[in-house]
Amino acid sequence: MELLCPAGNIASLKAALNAGADAVYLGLKDDTNARSFAGLNFSPLQLAQATKLAHGQGRKVFLTLNTFPKPGQEHRWYQAVDLAAQLEMDALIVADLSLLDYAHQHYPHLTLHLSVQASATNLGALSFYKEAFNIERAVLPRVLSIKQVRDLAKVSPVELEVFAFGSLCIMAEGRCHLSSYVTGQSPNTGGSCSPANHVRWQDDGNDKLTRLNDVLIDKADISQQLGYPVVCKGRYIAEYDHDAKYLLESPTSLNTLSLLPQLAQAGIKSLKIEGRQRSPAYVSQVTQVWRSAIDTYFANPESFCEQPQWAQVLAKVSEGQITTLGAYERQWQ
Amino acid sequence: MKISLAPISYCWSKPNVEAFYQHVALSDIDTVYLGETVCSRRREVKFNDYLELANMLKSHGKHVVLSTMALIEAQSELNELKRAIDNGDFSIEANDMAAVHYAHQAKVPFVCGPTINNYNRTSLDLLHRKGMYRFVMPCELSQQWLSNVINYGGKPAFEIEVLGHGYMPLALSARCFTAKHYRLPKDKCQTICQRHSKGLLAQTQESQPLLRLNGIQTQSAAQVNLINQIPQMLDMGIDYWRISPNKLADITLGSDLAHALEQVKTDTLNKEALFTKQFNDNKSVSAASHHCNGYWLGLPGMDYVLESNPPRL
Repeated sequence: MELLCPAGNIASLKAALNAGADAVYLGLKDDTNARSFAGLNFSPLQLAQATKLAHGQGRKVFLTLNTFPKPGQEHRWYQAVDLAAQLEMDALIVADLSLLDYAHQHYPHLTLHLSVQASATNLGALSFYKEAFNIERAVLPRVLSIKQVRDLAKVSPVELEVFAFGSLCIMAEGRCHLSSYVTGQSPNTGGSCSPANHVRWQDDGNDKLTRLNDVLIDKADISQQLGYPVVCKGRYIAEYDHDAKYLLESPTSLNTLSLLPQLAQAGIKSLKIEGRQRSPAYVSQVTQVWRSAIDTYFANPESFCEQPQWAQVLAKVSEGQITTLGAYERQWQ
Repeated sequence: MKISLAPISYCWSKPNVEAFYQHVALSDIDTVYLGETVCSRRREVKFNDYLELANMLKSHGKHVVLSTMALIEAQSELNELKRAIDNGDFSIEANDMAAVHYAHQAKVPFVCGPTINNYNRTSLDLLHRKGMYRFVMPCELSQQWLSNVINYGGKPAFEIEVLGHGYMPLALSARCFTAKHYRLPKDKCQTICQRHSKGLLAQTQESQPLLRLNGIQTQSAAQVNLINQIPQMLDMGIDYWRISPNKLADITLGSDLAHALEQVKTDTLNKEALFTKQFNDNKSVSAASHHCNGYWLGLPGMDYVLESNPPRL
């Protein structure tokens, strides 16, 4: 079972490798990936350096190309595919049909992973991508219950990767337009979810307000901690109601440590840690905990139990310091 | 350009659905998409009922497409999908890549619905080779984007449909937001979403309408309204103008627009004057809070820009 960790820059990449990541994923410094925050990601030169570093330690490095090229600009994304092939990177994480087709046609030996942005949640969709482009692996959106993950793993024509820890995206990834509805920037086309330049924090008497492009996402007493304003984690007032509530989801993080045995038994190939936009310290702490948990489990699967210090470390780096099993747990749904 | 009617995205009772399509049958709407696309727990109207409605509409001269589910998670949902594909008569609207896969295998022609990620011409041409004969533009894309698709590599071999009126599908989740609101577990939801015939409105703490919760689907609180843009779409060669219905009046709107489109074809009537005047005379600036057209103009989707005040792009 692979531990796959995020790398927003060289420092995070080193932190992940030092803490025991089996593989890292990263993106180029442009709109070919859906985390195009300022100061994040890799230039082509840094990409070469990162690949050399990871390979030097016998680890793998995957290039995230998870946006959808604009019409007429496909060639810019193709160049990124060419670069990954040239650097002999271990896999490309791709969602778009034109890119999958290009990579499959031009570099049949380059491993393709289906990005979560492709939103493939079932056997039919996975079979399509396997037959058309010979993908080797798919990243599952965070919408399936653990039973559904198990059922799918039994019949899947490709390896499966699941999100193990990090910010909880509650929508079927790649099929959410909430951010572009409010800000005009779409994660699918190279923007990011809730772009930072649209976020505004405001003091209003005893209240603190968070706004996304002037839309009030949340309001709380000045003593309370407010989450980063993503549309799905705001407090709104429902029709026929008076009080503001978290109608979709509250600010929480996903933590599946307690599901580790079930995921391993289901044959899940890779556990993905979310957070390319987080600090090297976050990457290091989270990677260490998961390395330790995976090693403990495989050393003696029968007697595995979650250690309190793991949970403590993870809670500290979680959104709102709260964690959830999200859709893996049927009750949440 | 023709008028099409999207599948009903809400959980209406069977008598209401049947009454709705009886009205559709008598309208001038050209193409009707039918079926449950949001949640497989909604069993008010079953597949065979939809098939009956499809045949009824066909006998009234409508072109019928069977719409399939957008978020498919269980084997039972795949079985239902295959059943829809194997109906033996109608083409289907694929709202998940699973539908693309099985329709291609069964050689059933399909429309790609708005929840399939179609973002460039190369991908669309690839899907066309797999059997896609029409695609509905994902709602977050713009006129400029669509122009690029049409102009890149010559006229497309597939048809193009744009959502012109109605609440937009913005997101899908495993979680049922309506059940959550009523503190019901999803597995015992009592199909509570039936209480909200056009979804449950969610407003910000400043009373700004933002979203519409429809079971596992999240919609826009504002209705997209691209009536003013119809003349432009005619010039671009858009094939279908889609209405996502939430009330009977949408059928009248569809009929009136279809009639106006005929007039433009046969008369010398000025299309700009026809569409902006006939359909927007009654709309005051205050209507702006209930309508949006931002995506088409390359702006945040929730924005509404009146024609008299075009955006600076």
